Amino acid sequence: MAGLNPPLADLAADLTGRPAAARRPGGLRAAQRRRLNLFRYVAFTIFGLFFLLPLLAMVRFSLEGAKPGSWSVAAWTQIASYPGPPPLLSSIEITLELAVITSVVMLVLVVPTMIWIRLRARWFSKVMEFICLLPLTIPAIVLVVGLAPIYNRIERVNVSALMLFFAYVILALPYTYRALAAGLNAVDATTLSEAARSLGARWGTVMLRIIVPNMWQAILNALLLTVALVLGEFTVAYLLTYVTLQVNLFEISRNAENAGVLFSASAATLLFAFILLLILSYAGRRLRRGRP
Amino acid sequence: MTTATATQAGAQPVRAGRRPPLAWIGTLPFLAYTGIFLLLPTGIVIWNAFKGTSGGWTLSNITALNTAPVRSAFKGSLELCVISSVIGAILGAILAYAVASGNPDGMIRRLYLAGSGVLAQFGGVTLAFAFLATIGPAGLLLHASWYSSFPWGIGLIYCYFQIPLMVLVFLPAIDGLKIQWREAAENLGGSTWHYWRYVGGPLLMPAFTGAALLLFANALSAFATIEAWENQINYVVPQSISGSLISEVGLANVHQGDALALGLIVVVVIVMTGYFLLQRRAARWQG
Amino acid sequence: MRTPYRLGLAGLTALTLVSAVGCGSTSSSSSSSGGYNWSKATSAASGGGLSALVTAAKKEGTLNVIALPADWANYGTIIKDFTAKYGIKVNSIAPSDSSAQEVTQIQQKNGTSLAADVLDVGGSVATASTSLFAPYEVATWSSIPAGLKNPNGLYTGDYGGYMSVGYNPAKFGTITSLSQLLGSKFKNDVALNGNPTEANAALNGVMMASLAQGGTAGNIADGVNFFHQLKVAGNFNTTQATPATIKAGTTPVVFNWDYLNTASVVGQPASDWKVFIPSNATLGGFYYQAINKDAPHPAAARLWEEFLFSQAAVGGQNLWLAGGARPSEQVAMTSNGTINKADAAALPPVVGTPVFLTQPQATAAATYLAANWPKAIS
Repeated sequence: MAGLNPPLADLAADLTGRPAAARRPGGLRAAQRRRLNLFRYVAFTIFGLFFLLPLLAMVRFSLEGAKPGSWSVAAWTQIASYPGPPPLLSSIEITLELAVITSVVMLVLVVPTMIWIRLRARWFSKVMEFICLLPLTIPAIVLVVGLAPIYNRIERVNVSALMLFFAYVILALPYTYRALAAGLNAVDATTLSEAARSLGARWGTVMLRIIVPNMWQAILNALLLTVALVLGEFTVAYLLTYVTLQVNLFEISRNAENAGVLFSASAATLLFAFILLLILSYAGRRLRRGRP
Repeated sequence: MTTATATQAGAQPVRAGRRPPLAWIGTLPFLAYTGIFLLLPTGIVIWNAFKGTSGGWTLSNITALNTAPVRSAFKGSLELCVISSVIGAILGAILAYAVASGNPDGMIRRLYLAGSGVLAQFGGVTLAFAFLATIGPAGLLLHASWYSSFPWGIGLIYCYFQIPLMVLVFLPAIDGLKIQWREAAENLGGSTWHYWRYVGGPLLMPAFTGAALLLFANALSAFATIEAWENQINYVVPQSISGSLISEVGLANVHQGDALALGLIVVVVIVMTGYFLLQRRAARWQG
Repeated sequence: MRTPYRLGLAGLTALTLVSAVGCGSTSSSSSSSGGYNWSKATSAASGGGLSALVTAAKKEGTLNVIALPADWANYGTIIKDFTAKYGIKVNSIAPSDSSAQEVTQIQQKNGTSLAADVLDVGGSVATASTSLFAPYEVATWSSIPAGLKNPNGLYTGDYGGYMSVGYNPAKFGTITSLSQLLGSKFKNDVALNGNPTEANAALNGVMMASLAQGGTAGNIADGVNFFHQLKVAGNFNTTQATPATIKAGTTPVVFNWDYLNTASVVGQPASDWKVFIPSNATLGGFYYQAINKDAPHPAAARLWEEFLFSQAAVGGQNLWLAGGARPSEQVAMTSNGTINKADAAALPPVVGTPVFLTQPQATAAATYLAANWPKAIS
């Protein structure tokens, strides 16, 4: 039941907000509440500084001009014009497309399987959980050595870097499985499906029109985690000699004397992913509020 | 009726012949996909660990693991992973508590969760450079020489993505602490300390340790960041694996790399078994 | 209940559809349609001469090269000029790869259109990988010294340089000997280009230090000891030196090949960067060209080799010279006057007797480093 995945049991709900009445540290006296708030503000300040400072340092380096002490936005405008080879813009484009393809394939692969397991093959859920945890624990460097012969076969058919999605879906499994499991746990799938089928619905309808709409937050969350992973993944792409954004940044760091574009592109990527996640956390709330 | 059939493990449908065992079909796409792209590559690596450079079977790659550089790489890996996972787990748990104890719909919670989702994946060249820009020799803040020390310097950098991962993994567990338990402890006259010592702490401990083990496994596999931080010495096993793949001074031996990978997999399997056992204990409280 | 069956099938179909939709260019056939099979050619003459080679290469239209950074020995210009001259698109794969990674790539991508056609590798990797190369003798074969080529044409020395120390004279004054680097003003400043137990350039850096301390080419112990002293003095920086770290000021003193230590490559103004080759430690090293036996574009690969070894004023040899590297045909070109005199004069002066590591010496050095380097600098 809910005990399936305790640590990430409710990740979906977290990211997309909860009903206001659900969780507030109630039962605390005023003094305790004040102490708690003090602790929270101190914690947020310290952690906020720890996480923000390197990012700010990166941004500062990206704004440095040719001579120390001068400023210029050349590194930021260069993102669009960096020639490569290959051009930075084309690897950004490829990475974004890869993110979309990976997310779609991942959802198509995992969501029906999970619903199916929940409804028809409970015993398999432990196996699935184990398999989905494996990629986090097997180093990418190891995985690539084994993936190379398989990708050789794939490359005889299609040489595009978009073929990386086969590996990326695997890498995303640990994160997305937990998010989706949390969402599925919150839905009483058995009752819903029995009710729907007793009214004559077929399995396809049950899955697509009954259960999935109740899992929207979890699906959104899984999508976001996948996108964040694809944007940040380096090792597999590099060792399979494909060029994605991260690989391109690595090449820039090794070979270009103007490292500014490295910093500006990284900062831009992080900012983009962060804003995306933030926006979608609001979207989840609106979706939930819209339903009766 | 059909549900009952499916929940009996391995049960065959009464009417065989025309219909295939339905329960299996649904898992096939997933099994096929992960079989090809996850299990098969792992199998290939393990298989190759036992092959020699001339093509035959050999245990020499495994016995070669007993040399000083390899032992020190495993030791270095364990040191770095323990440090970054313990510190990351403790600090991450504190941050998770700070986030969880606020307004569930509030801005701070959203910001920190979105940030955690992004930063948990942030690594490699950009992270190493970001830290270089902050506290490296020409850095913004300090010119700390311990930045390039192992394991504390790189351990600090690892915490940068370990803490967000901890927040992502541990927050639901904190959210699972029911208010009633806190109220009950209050009613019985317990202070905050009593609550954490006797109620909250024990409840969270399995989830906490499980999450810490996850962080450990994550640090063990990390490669890009430490390689970008400094690559003069192979401190950790992934660097040794990479070295055996890319060495251009004539010492490259791919099968040696496979043997190293096998060693790493063994360590990870041990860790993940511990994780699963702890998960089952934690499930008791949540069920 | 056929629906769950259908769902499973639908999922698999979706997977196949997605991969088909992403279908880019399929692998181009490497066998020439009805013409001469250039993958078997051992020289341009055997296929009908240079013009036949050019025609065949243009028909293939693409060339895959690997591990050629644009600012490494002027490769950026070389690639551009080749494309401009013959209209063949050059696909530059993984510029930061090492020689061993080049070999891995052609093995991993064997049979696909992504495999590199030509390789530019260090000596150890070249001699160890001859089973993967195709024999080929360029038109100017006789101008290449015997010590710089494989007798069967499996690999050919293309360019080389001497191990040098690059530094900022405004900050440190003029460096005339390596022992100065042990001084206190070099705190955390001295860096290598890579890990000596893995990278050719770094290994030679340590060997150069060894020679400067009075050691011989057969024993790298003095070099390891020198870096140990640097580490103890707090002067050795374990970060890999790149133009980015030089610009950031992290690694203002760099051990690297002289053609990688020019001011323009490093990205510093000429007044802020000088190069020093010790007079008692003139350690040289050459790189080698090789053709992939199973190259997807065999004619283009061979045309590339002809271009690189041509002695024309705008040919590969002179272009490498313009990048600060010493082309393998330098001696022959100096005597027949085809060399670019201005560029040749601009090379850093070589005062002592050049030393080149033989294969056994390189292997011995690598073995010693593997056992002792981590201890020395930790």
